[in-house]
Amino acid sequence: MSDAELTTPFRQRAGSAMKDEFLQEALTIATTKFIGLRREAFAGFPEGEALRDRARAIKEATLQHLDRHLETLIANVERLGGHVHFATTPAEARSIVVDIARRTGARMAVKAKSMATEEIHLNEALEAAGVTPVETDLGEYIIQLAHERPSHIIAPAIHKTKGQVAELFTRELKRPAEPDPEALTRIARAELREKFLQADLGITGANFAVADTGTVVLVTNEGNGRMVTSLPRVHVAVMGVEKVVPSFTDLMVFLAILAKSATGQKLSVYTSLVQGPRRAGELEGPEEFHLVLLDGGRIAQIGGPLREALSCLRCGACLNVCPVYRQIGGHAYGYTYPGPIGILLTAMLEGAPAVRDLAHASSLCGACVDACPVRIDIPRMLIELRREVDDEKLAPWTERVAFALLTKLLQNPRLYRFAAKAGRVLQRPFARDGRISRLPLPFGEWTRTRDLPPVASRTFQERWASDKDLRA
Amino acid sequence: MTARRASLMVTCLGDLFFPEVGVSIVRLLRKLGVAVDVPADQTCCGLPLFNSGYRGDAAAVARRTVALFKESEYVVVPSGSCAWMVKHEYPGLMADTAVGPEARELAARTHELSQFLVRVLGATEFTAAVPGRVTYHDSCHLLRGLHESESPRMLLGKLRGAELVPLPGADECCGFGGSFAVRLPEVSSQILAKKLANVESTGAGCLVACDAGCLMQMNGGLKRAKSRVRALHLAELLDGGR
Ligand code: SF4
Repeated sequence: MSDAELTTPFRQRAGSAMKDEFLQEALTIATTKFIGLRREAFAGFPEGEALRDRARAIKEATLQHLDRHLETLIANVERLGGHVHFATTPAEARSIVVDIARRTGARMAVKAKSMATEEIHLNEALEAAGVTPVETDLGEYIIQLAHERPSHIIAPAIHKTKGQVAELFTRELKRPAEPDPEALTRIARAELREKFLQADLGITGANFAVADTGTVVLVTNEGNGRMVTSLPRVHVAVMGVEKVVPSFTDLMVFLAILAKSATGQKLSVYTSLVQGPRRAGELEGPEEFHLVLLDGGRIAQIGGPLREALSCLRCGACLNVCPVYRQIGGHAYGYTYPGPIGILLTAMLEGAPAVRDLAHASSLCGACVDACPVRIDIPRMLIELRREVDDEKLAPWTERVAFALLTKLLQNPRLYRFAAKAGRVLQRPFARDGRISRLPLPFGEWTRTRDLPPVASRTFQERWASDKDLRA
Repeated sequence: MTARRASLMVTCLGDLFFPEVGVSIVRLLRKLGVAVDVPADQTCCGLPLFNSGYRGDAAAVARRTVALFKESEYVVVPSGSCAWMVKHEYPGLMADTAVGPEARELAARTHELSQFLVRVLGATEFTAAVPGRVTYHDSCHLLRGLHESESPRMLLGKLRGAELVPLPGADECCGFGGSFAVRLPEVSSQILAKKLANVESTGAGCLVACDAGCLMQMNGGLKRAKSRVRALHLAELLDGGR
């Protein structure tokens, strides 16, 4: 999203999203489907719960010694003939990739789906350098055609109905397209086939990187990842530093739960293991392989309040079950990573002030924790972020005064009783038939769509104090 | 039966807006042979402050509550969210203070109402105050915080005069979320609308929940829509056959 769009307050962005009928239709269908598929996948998988705990433990242990595991990874990638680069900031990561493109004379880059390259806004940088990026994942291809950004971690075009995609294809590709997913996929395949052959550069993310063996692991469903990593002369993989896992044994644990959480599949259709460039005698693979390790605020959180978020596998399950995400979709959040985990990642990458409002975009219902394969306690960290926002006095002064008053009132029972009496007097003009239908702001935010019960004529504690029958 | 006496933590919403719930709990427990006391000067468990990030203020309020219930053998709470606050957050909030051990003890002695009835008292036979078809909404903190989905369903399933029907999406949030309901009222209301559409689809005349927050939200929506469905606290429904 552009900065101009970000200046619209979050509440308004969410409001417009809820008025978008296409978005509402697409979101309801897709998230409901994902929820059901995930539930079924785990229902038939009794060992799943223990594997989830195991996966989390591996992530925690890896974070303990992240430097050591990264060193091992780097040594092994280099041993296999690959090059490793370290980027502290998104800008550094961009220039590393652009330099590789320049040096190798690349004119076109095919890309597999990758949130890390979205995070660093790589496509814009490539275009500016005269390299045409082509997204080859179907969802990413759709949003690239539409000049949009992904609205879901694993289903980037989740906000579009199939009718909208058909219209987009008809308009942009100048071929009549029917709103039928299979037909649309065929069209995209045909368009992309030549690009794979033309491209000099293949760019991917990485779901995991195995330190022990120097293997970059890509989990995909369309097979495009395999083409991107094998056909072009040069392959660049960009990954957050936290994606390293120590060994293949560890990798198996994650693979056993990742696809189930994401799409309800036992395994994704393709699990590509990439090990350095083509070696002598091999028929396939790039001449050059580069791994870009991205920090971008992650390393600081190893000892920070958002540490747990570094265990995220980017499966998207927490988005699908989030009641807020399900109403507003991904774009309204305004940053690369949407949904509940997205709020934490945005705070990690952009700093806490960026999520002043987003930190409150949650009812703290906890559905995300239950769905998360590694049980990340997202609500706890959202509360932590709210606290940071309060501590830094970033919240509006009216709110801070209101909460200071509330604290006083809740600590002093006489004040509390007085407030109950005052409430009864003040509500008189508004209460009718035991309900309040309209109140001035800020309570008006409640009564616009809901009635409010009035303060009882006698509170329970008042009754208890005066009714002998009740006490007897 | 193990409990002879219990203290009612009525909670701020219960005290101010739903006093009948407290009255029903007192009557229910008394019928079961449990004497009820209500320690004076209760205000709130501090959850609204805690959830909004005012941790220090929440701890100050929590310390009061710990002192109020110091002598209580059992503490019964009508709302899953407040019970969760006491059981799960109090010990951490006061961990490094002099009252840390007391907070931990209070956490162990505190029970949400349906859990107290079923798991402590073993009481499951009641008569419906409002006969007919009922459906049950899982409050988030009770379900995912206290991992309780069975006790309320067992009570409603055995309830004389009532027929329990399943609610589609029963485990989905009602959109309350404390200050969330007024910070993002549009989102909160749309979540609520979906919940209530599911409620209407069951044909139940009565929607039961174990949390004053959810009841405020769902009843607010039902009344605004002039629905014939009433949202009731579990205690009110169990309190029949007097
Ligand atoms: S936080 Fe958990 S559920 Fe959400 S994307 Fe990450 S791994 Fe998946």
